Amino acid sequence: MDFGTLSSTQKDELMTQVRQQMIIANTQELLGKMTEKCFKKCVNKPGSDGLDNSEQKCIAMCMDRYMDSYNLISKTYTRRLTREAQR
Amino acid sequence: MSDLDVGGLGGDQKIDPELQEFLMVEKQRAQVNAQIHEFNDICWDKCIDKPGSKLDSKTEACLNNCVDRFIDTSLLITNRLAQLLQKQGGSGLS
Repeated sequence: MDFGTLSSTQKDELMTQVRQQMIIANTQELLGKMTEKCFKKCVNKPGSDGLDNSEQKCIAMCMDRYMDSYNLISKTYTRRLTREAQR
Repeated sequence: MSDLDVGGLGGDQKIDPELQEFLMVEKQRAQVNAQIHEFNDICWDKCIDKPGSKLDSKTEACLNNCVDRFIDTSLLITNRLAQLLQKQGGSGLS
């Protein structure tokens, strides 16, 4: 593919694809981390018969808090980046 | 980050400036996202004991401080290491 001579439609398509790939990659990262962190917190002694009720509840709660934490940190970091850029 | 390395395109091939600008912005966005994941990883372990029904204000403060102090630490270490290397006569690590 010659990147010098893309039509504007091709360019738009490419950009849309890049953005979608970014969203997918970000979601995969979040999924992986969430699973690791919540497994650690909620499944202390892996039982033989699936996840029990309290483990499932813990995992659901853990997921929600992990998202809260992600959103909070995202805001804090963005604020800090802005502040550092102004110095 | 003035030039973008778009691998495999060949050095002197011209890239559409609009596309180049777009890719640079997206690259930066990806780096910021990766950094947020890393902070969340580190600060989750530091600040969260048992996940409750909501983040309480103490935990929120801990998370905020964790991010800011991590960045402070990174800046401090970067500056101090630069000084140490300079004192060594700029010979770098050997």
